[in-house]
Amino acid sequence: MKISEIMTDMDYGPAPEAQDIVQDWLGRHEAGFGHFIDGTFTGAGETFAVTNPATGGEIARVTQGTTADVDAAVAAARKAQPKWAGLQGHQRARHLYALARHVQQHARFLAVLESLDNGKPIRESRDADIPLVARHFYHHAGWAELVAEEFPDRQPWGVCGQIIPWNFPLLMLAWKVAPALAAGNTVVLKPAEYTPLTALAFAEIAAECGLPAGVLNIVTGDGATGAAIAGHDGVDKLAFTGSTEVGKILRRQTAGSGKGLTLELGGKSPFIVFEDADLDAAVEGVVDAIWFNQGQVCCAGSRVLVAEAIEARFTERLKARMARLTVGNPLDKNTDIGAIVHPVQRDRIAELVAQGRAEGAEIHQGAAPEGCFYPPTIITNAQPASVLSTEEIFGPVVTITPFRTPDDAVALANNTRYGLAASIWSEGITQALDIARQVKAGVIWVNGTNLFDAAAGFGGYRESGYGREGGREGMAAYMRSPARTGQETDLPALDPVPGGPTGAALDRTAKLFIGGKQARPDSGYVYQVNGAKGPIGLAALGSRKDIRNAVEAAAKASGWANTTGHQRAQILYYLGENLSARAEEFTARLTASGTKEKTARAEVEAAIARCFRYAAWADKFDGAVHNTVSGHVTLAMHEPLGVMGVVAPTEAPLAGLLSLMLPALAMGNRVVAVPSQTHPLSATDLYQVIETSDIPAGVVNIVTGPRDELARVLAQHDGVDALWYVGSARKQVEADSAGNLKQVWTEADGARDWAGSEGQSRDFLARATQVKNIWVPYGA
Amino acid sequence: MSHRSTPHTEGPSRNPGMPLDTSMFEGIRVNRPATERRADGFGSRRSVKKAYQAAWLVNAIRLIDLTTLAGDDTRGKVHRLCAKARNPLASHIREGLDLGNMPLTVGAVCVYPTMVPHAVEALDGSGIPVASVATGFPAGLMPLHLRLAEIEWTVAQGAHEIDIVITREHVLTGNWQALYDEIMAMREACGDAHLKVILATGELGTLSKVYAASMVAMQAGADFIKTSTGKEGVNATLPVSLTMVRALRDYGALTGHKIGFKPAGGIKSAKEALQWQVLMKEELGRPWLEPDLFRFGASSMLGDIERQLEHHVTGRYAASHRHAMS
Repeated sequence: MKISEIMTDMDYGPAPEAQDIVQDWLGRHEAGFGHFIDGTFTGAGETFAVTNPATGGEIARVTQGTTADVDAAVAAARKAQPKWAGLQGHQRARHLYALARHVQQHARFLAVLESLDNGKPIRESRDADIPLVARHFYHHAGWAELVAEEFPDRQPWGVCGQIIPWNFPLLMLAWKVAPALAAGNTVVLKPAEYTPLTALAFAEIAAECGLPAGVLNIVTGDGATGAAIAGHDGVDKLAFTGSTEVGKILRRQTAGSGKGLTLELGGKSPFIVFEDADLDAAVEGVVDAIWFNQGQVCCAGSRVLVAEAIEARFTERLKARMARLTVGNPLDKNTDIGAIVHPVQRDRIAELVAQGRAEGAEIHQGAAPEGCFYPPTIITNAQPASVLSTEEIFGPVVTITPFRTPDDAVALANNTRYGLAASIWSEGITQALDIARQVKAGVIWVNGTNLFDAAAGFGGYRESGYGREGGREGMAAYMRSPARTGQETDLPALDPVPGGPTGAALDRTAKLFIGGKQARPDSGYVYQVNGAKGPIGLAALGSRKDIRNAVEAAAKASGWANTTGHQRAQILYYLGENLSARAEEFTARLTASGTKEKTARAEVEAAIARCFRYAAWADKFDGAVHNTVSGHVTLAMHEPLGVMGVVAPTEAPLAGLLSLMLPALAMGNRVVAVPSQTHPLSATDLYQVIETSDIPAGVVNIVTGPRDELARVLAQHDGVDALWYVGSARKQVEADSAGNLKQVWTEADGARDWAGSEGQSRDFLARATQVKNIWVPYGA
Repeated sequence: MSHRSTPHTEGPSRNPGMPLDTSMFEGIRVNRPATERRADGFGSRRSVKKAYQAAWLVNAIRLIDLTTLAGDDTRGKVHRLCAKARNPLASHIREGLDLGNMPLTVGAVCVYPTMVPHAVEALDGSGIPVASVATGFPAGLMPLHLRLAEIEWTVAQGAHEIDIVITREHVLTGNWQALYDEIMAMREACGDAHLKVILATGELGTLSKVYAASMVAMQAGADFIKTSTGKEGVNATLPVSLTMVRALRDYGALTGHKIGFKPAGGIKSAKEALQWQVLMKEELGRPWLEPDLFRFGASSMLGDIERQLEHHVTGRYAASHRHAMS
């Protein structure tokens, strides 16, 4: 074209990124890729095609991983693990540093390959994905160096199975592999079926920089291969990033296996724009939120909630901005939105939008070329029940919904089963931080969006999964305290006896404690509690409905989370003091159930000590300020999980129950406790102490009865946010928790002495909290 | 494209201004990190290559206010500058670019008031307007009546465009009425000459103040708003420009008037010429890539553009001593 002609329209023209080096590389592997196992590539097996979504053309063939392939990879990882973990942290650090350096050296190659395979714009793979990959390895080289000092008494899990998605193929590999290796684990990783190529290129890089054989193994394949890894007995920890649906399957599949599990799942993240926001900044924020990576981002701000007063102005500006987006060739440097990863995904987006249209939503779209592309899309008039408001679309589609007040905004923001991320736009720091505190999400960006750094934790609340990736909290997910084993003995079934007046030989009948009141069980029955010398009392036979009532009461007591640590400490100290005043009575109760007096006395003392211990912690389990990117404050705040079920150990019925209940309370959770089925009476005595200790109604609820039946009701309850269970039905409890992906911790009875020093640990504080990372960019 | 033969025969109707309305800016808070992030994108999100790059650079030449504002300026120096303004590209580059008989000059020549007669003389018949910095440039702290007299004198010498500087104190103390009155008086003093209002953004502290000052300048009748004198510690930056351009867009949306924008100071490279044009196209669209709505205040940028264009034509890297100096 002539210069003078170009000057008429002043278009940008084509700006293609060269791809010859990548094409050469693909040409060298024309025969098909094998897996990377034990430091070498296997020959290609049965292969499937990998396509460039922008053209639909085949660019490579990779091998469908079989169970035998997975066996071989796990065996290689197992063999390599002791030596890898046995290296000095410094030696592992050097390996991770080398990986970071080599990723940087191959940065452009990896960026081009990623864009070819995934369809994302070269600008993003070049400026976001690959630099973050290198950053992640550098950061974790540091953790490898420091891990022994910073995580004493912790050990690597062993072999980690890792399954990653197609939206950020190499970056998700880095998020998984870097902390695993830093901590001393070895890895079997499966890249996504659609986008396996950068993982294979990375395997070549690992070999090139001398990573010991077996430390990193890459097996390609589809969901069946992933299932083989997840279900493999030789895998000690499973880390998954992907859909909530698959996350739930994995939760069920790994239940009772003792495998570590972290899940980074879907989202429907709110993007809240207040009247005092910089509107242009917020509009640009939407571009970075939903039109980044074609909207195929788990933490994409896909629900814009905007103050009604500025809704019209904001929507108009956003539409104008959308009109300037360029959709097309991913390898053109001017492309804003590239190709959707696969026609299947493109069709799913189109179908959801069509469904939304049928529901009455209004659709506003930009332009997109033919093929596997989808235009940027704004949805207005989508009601909260619309499929477009509730489903994760995973495409460049954003809804706009007006709100009236800050409370209204928070209610809309939290009206979702997810809780991955949120963006809050307001120039008022007071308002912004208030909302940041109230929105239930693991990552909050104030006046920003999609900000990432290796030093900050990333991960969700609710059905967005659990565990964090990045930062200290991410490292913690790749290590464990030494495993404990106990007895897996089931408890006997309980015989219901009618409630009512009892014989003189028996003590009074213990009731349930729900919502600050003693309550009769819904069943109307009680069960007989035996001591060493026969019956010593009756306890209420709690059932599903009592659990329902208790959870409801706990949910109402949400103010507890907003009390200060100091206030909670005062109450827990008071509880200890009142317990101390009645120490003789509790000692007698424990003795009656068959405990030696000396032991009973010690247990009561331990219970009192627990009150003091966790009162002490209540205002000291601090979060952190992460050292991320310049010009940002990144606050890692510890927040309570919400309503927690606590199913107490059978033995040490008083100290055991309190050892679990108190850290939960100290961190601001409300508790529904199921005391020892066998020895419930010291727990039911406790509610009289609770009543006199200023613990607000509903913060502690006690339901006695059949342990495992009640535990499973708690596990299945969507209003319960976390469950701690000591007993023999761990598998069922863990499987049942998949419904809302509540966080579950289980242990066998007898795995520790609950009245002894093992009964208290900082680990319980960590388990009773989740980390919310709040990013605040600053600049006057 | 519009090609001028004489100054001010085309372009949008002038901004008549409006009464001071502080509600148009007082609630507006500009978030600096977000503005910087967007500004970074003009370099990284958009790329012009090969013939397109050459075209964009040629276009940039049309947008330059070729400037000399030095204490040792003389008639000779101004004449040299004007010669370059008339023929900004060496003929072999013009031919190599196949520009045919496309008229190609810079947008204007910008000089101190006492140099205006020399520029008018040297540019006679070229159609290139003469711009001048009046009002006690660069600090602008002369008594108002002297500044107004300076404008009137400069216009009388033949200047077509007057670049005035505002009293920063009015912005820093939030005295919008005083700022408005001052600029309106200057607008009147300009008569038919176009008024470019220099905000000296490097001395205003915050982007919110930049936005507010931009709005007041436009309400008072500015034809152009301009970032800097070139003499402040911080001159034209992309985030400041983005803020001013958005103010200009908002003013246009409310009043229907198109206002021009001129970044000035420290813009030296061809690469920057591309970035600023990308900013204008992305934020405002094609009309703001014309000299009636967009100018670069620059003295050395033209040289770098000429070098880049020579490389485009010959495939060899150029040396500045082989091009005519200004």
